This record gives sequence, structure tokens and C-alpha cells, in this order.
Amino acid sequence: MSIDFKELIKDFTNGLWAENPIIRLVIGMCPTLAVTNTASNGLAMGLATSFVLIMSEIVISIIKKLIPANVRIPSYILIIATFVTFTDYFLKAFFPGIAASLSIFIPLIVVNCLILGRQEAFASKNPTHRAIADGLGMGIGFTWVLTLLGMIRELFGMGSMFGFQLLGEWYRPMVIMVLPAGAFITLGILVGIMNQISREGK
Amino acid sequence: MEEFNQILLLFISTVLINNFVLIRFLGICPFLGVSKQVETAFSMGLATTFVMTLTAGATWLINTFILEALNLPFLQYVSFIIVIASLVQFVEMFIKKTSPVLYKALGIFLPLITTNCAIMGLALLIPLNGYSFIASVVFGFGAGVGFTLAIVLIAGLREKLEFGDVPEVLKGVPVTLIVAGIMAMAFMGFSGLISM
Repeated sequence: MSIDFKELIKDFTNGLWAENPIIRLVIGMCPTLAVTNTASNGLAMGLATSFVLIMSEIVISIIKKLIPANVRIPSYILIIATFVTFTDYFLKAFFPGIAASLSIFIPLIVVNCLILGRQEAFASKNPTHRAIADGLGMGIGFTWVLTLLGMIRELFGMGSMFGFQLLGEWYRPMVIMVLPAGAFITLGILVGIMNQISREGK
Repeated sequence: MEEFNQILLLFISTVLINNFVLIRFLGICPFLGVSKQVETAFSMGLATTFVMTLTAGATWLINTFILEALNLPFLQYVSFIIVIASLVQFVEMFIKKTSPVLYKALGIFLPLITTNCAIMGLALLIPLNGYSFIASVVFGFGAGVGFTLAIVLIAGLREKLEFGDVPEVLKGVPVTLIVAGIMAMAFMGFSGLISM
């Protein structure tokens, strides 16, 4: 079996922009809005989701022929839930601070439509190496938007970035940016800007 | 009487102050996806409220009498998602048999509810908050009512937005998010209503 590298690169870059889960497909919105009050929270959430996504894509693309078609969705959810439990216990043991600030949004990765969607649309139809490329691309695509959103909200809301104070005493933080309302508005404007960029690119 | 007051306060605070969609960010996918028309949004809200109330009771029983009793907390996520998926399936079959009219109204929304993170979030929040059985059911019902309120309100606003002069790049999702942000700001006004 030869591996077509052009195809792999296409699978990988697909998730970064053309079919970016948040900006283009608008899925996986709950964690996107809820945990991006700081840049490091956004990054941690993105990495945790990417890990679950890649691992379950690998497992499902390996055992896809063993799963009967009419029980495939419950089987996928079980595989995803196993990796989520693993991630949750790992974070609680080694990074208790992050686990506490992400709270129930780690277990909620189970019902993130991005993960189930990629299993159904990609991993169940393609060989393992392509599934890994897709998982990596989608994972990074999800992570960079979350991190960017977290950076914007943290900068305006607290005058800092990744916990480092960037803006001096003169800056009066816009508290609204770290509150729920700020999340909706920032993401709305961000998606609008991205739409404009991709329109100009055409 | 004291207990009744507590339950009533829990209901009001779940619907308005800690609204599942606008304050806790649970159930954003249907909130953005199924909110183009008031009528469908209301049906979705109704179906979700129904499933949420049942889920709250069922997961409380399973968590207390099986998972905690046998010391199996690591099975929490797996068992909750199975309970929700089978409950949704059961509700779908039950409604199909007993009330074809209701099935026609809610039918297509029911499968979508399984992956609605508001339901899973509800199941996870109950053990975290340590509610009693009755409080859990009220919490589930309140969460559903709050969800319905938010989705019907945004659907009403989106129907009006159809005729508005929205910049081309903001059409669709971006403007809905911005409107939701303004709604979230309005809901923040409830935060001083009662202290719990």
C-alpha cells in the first residue's frame, strides 16, 4: 500500500481553514464560548479536545469494519467517552488547576458534535493514516481559534495574555469581555472578519 | 414550607439567573441551529424540556444507587451518555405509539437531543451540586424552561433580523452570535434578583 502524501497534506490543511470546525462548520460551540475567558484555558481545551479527536479517529478507523452499521453511533460514543474519561483523570492528576477551571467542559467533550461528526464523516470511511491527518488538522484548527479567542478576551478583559500583564496601570479592563456576553460578541465579530478575509481571497 | 421556598428559588434561579444557554453556555448548537423560526424553536424547547426532566431523575437514581453505592465514579460519563441516548430513544418510541400528533411536531428533534450538551451538562451538574431527588427534577425542568425561553427569544429576534439591513459578511451565524451576546447582557440584569 503506497501512501499518497499530497492527499495527506490536503486532509491535514482542510481543518485549518477551508473546513475549520468553528468558523466554517460552526460546530463544537459550547466549549468555544465557555472556556475562552483566558488564552491558556482556550489552549488547554483545544489540546484536550484534539487528543480525544485524534485517538478516537485512530481507533475507529482501525475497527470500522467490525462495527455493524446500525449500532455505529452508540459504539462511537462509547469509544469517545472512554478517551474523555482518560483525559479527565489525567488532567485531574497532573494539572489540577486546569481541570478545575475547565470543570464540566472536559466531560462534555463526549457530546462535542465536532468529534462525533468527524468519526461519522471521515474516520469511518477512510484508512488510518488519512484519519490521523484529518484528526491533526481538525484538532489544530479547533485549537487555534480557541486560543485566539482566549487571547482577545483576556487582553481586553484583563489586560494580560497567558497570565502575563501586558497593558499597564493606565488600562481599565473591559470586564464584559470575560463575561458570557463578551464571548458571544467577540466570536460573532471574529467569524465576520474571517468571512471577509475568505471572501477577499477568492 | 422552608423546603418549598428553596425549591421555588432553585427553579427561578435556574431559569433566569443561571440560564443554561446564555450564562452557562450549554446547548449552543441547537440554539444556533434550530432557531430560525419561533414555531420550530418552541417545539425543540418542548422536546428538550421533556427529556431534561426525565434525564435529571434517571441520572440521579443511577448515580446515587449504582455508581456511588458500588464506588464506580469512573463509569460516570459512559453510563450517563448511555442513559441519555436510551432515554431519548425510549421517549421517541413512546410518543410515536401514543400521540402521532406530538410525534409529528417533535419527531425530527428527538435524535438531535442526544448530542445536545445541555442534557449531558445537566447530568454532570447534579452530582457536582449535590441536589436531592426532588431538587434534581426541578433543576432539570427549570433548565429546560430556561433553554426554551432563550431559544424562543432568539428565534423571534432572528425572524425580525431577516428584514434588517445586515452587512453581507455578518449574515447568518455572526449576527446571531452578536444578538445572543446582547441577550446575555440583558440576562445579567437578573443576577441580583435572588441570592442563593
